[in-house]
Amino acid sequence: MSEPIYTHELSGAGMWSRIIGRHKTLRLTDLEGGANVGMLLYHASERHERYNMPDTLKGQHIFYLRAPYCVHSDMGRLFASITKDTVGWHDTVCGASDARLVQAKYGEKNFQAARNDFHRNGRECFLIELAKWGLGERDLVPNLSWFSKVVSDDDGKLSFVSGHSKAGDHIDLRFDMDTLVVMNTCQHPLDPDPVYHPRRVKLEVFNTPPPELDDPSFTVRPENARAHRNTDDFYLLAR
Amino acid sequence: MSAFIPTQSTLDPAKAIYDHTVLAGDHWVHEVKAGQVLRIVDLEGNQAADTLFYNAHDPLDRYSACDTIQRQSALYLTTGTKLISTRGNELLTIIADTCGNHDTLGGACSRESNVMRYAFEKESMHACRDSFIRGVQCWSHGLGKRDITCNINFFMNVPVTPDGQLRFADGVSGPGFYVELRAEMDVIALMSNCPQLNNPCNAYNPTPVRVLIWD
Repeated sequence: MSEPIYTHELSGAGMWSRIIGRHKTLRLTDLEGGANVGMLLYHASERHERYNMPDTLKGQHIFYLRAPYCVHSDMGRLFASITKDTVGWHDTVCGASDARLVQAKYGEKNFQAARNDFHRNGRECFLIELAKWGLGERDLVPNLSWFSKVVSDDDGKLSFVSGHSKAGDHIDLRFDMDTLVVMNTCQHPLDPDPVYHPRRVKLEVFNTPPPELDDPSFTVRPENARAHRNTDDFYLLAR
Repeated sequence: MSAFIPTQSTLDPAKAIYDHTVLAGDHWVHEVKAGQVLRIVDLEGNQAADTLFYNAHDPLDRYSACDTIQRQSALYLTTGTKLISTRGNELLTIIADTCGNHDTLGGACSRESNVMRYAFEKESMHACRDSFIRGVQCWSHGLGKRDITCNINFFMNVPVTPDGQLRFADGVSGPGFYVELRAEMDVIALMSNCPQLNNPCNAYNPTPVRVLIWD
């Protein structure tokens, strides 16, 4: 890909929200290994259209995300397609940490004592960024957890796979709609590591061409081809 | 799937304070007070009862599939599962279950997702999200589509394999199977009795469910 039009390093337990336009690509890079990026997605102009975990999973018959699968909205459309992925498994069913969990797991560390190393949690980071776009608790839905792997046994018991993502691992999301991207780098809620250690992540945004009809995101599932068409139809009608 | 041991209830339907049948394709909204017990009966078998719960006094605090899964490190809902809210509170606890396996990953069908999943010509068919929307509008509080999040599908079987496949399998429920929940706070139950005609999991035949409440 060409040079990025934007780069940013997100600190551990950092938060970020921006609108990323259709056909631009966001690359997330795990800088230290063991990163977790909690992410929620909303249609930039129609913000009650949002990421939908069930439609993403049942539309593609998967329990996790990887290339060349897509991130579906709750309106039969696509927010983004995973065009590159060196990790191969990303969780989307376990949600985010909250204050209760972080306190129980890592203990108390407030700003007064720790300055900007104070303990943050995923839920509050989401709510803080959502508020800047007029959104709030009503808009909190199951989120994506990039770089984190959680597997189920045959009985549905879950286990977190430690050491899954390595330093330098990255994922490319080509946006199919103009999208409000809300994210934070708090640790995954099921990460058994007893040490509070949220990792840094690099963000880069690239201008990329629109997908062709033989793009793997279309061909991996017929459901995705219809979701791509629904997405294109939105812009055909709206613009 | 390991062997499932059903848990029965001793509650007598004749003593229920509320007894109602929800037809397929209808929505149902009703309060369940703290300590009351709600039973949902799959009258004819393998019907999906799509259900959401809200704190009756503050609907911003509502059922969270992710928090329920996260708190229990488990995907499927059955006896002993606590239903957790977005603020981390316990809404209800499953106290009896003759089915043994309820889904909370599959979400609700919508007219828009039916197009994505099945075909463009399915767009006109009735779907759960429209029922949910009508349900929250009837309950008022100014609620709408934003307040409809990832629900429970009582009686639906959505197995996940260790290698990460997910499918809608044949149901494990049957006529008369039921699930029973004790409310841990005053909650509003919102149900869409699923009208899906495109999925073999209900044999393409949506059927009624019965809801009962005991003090």
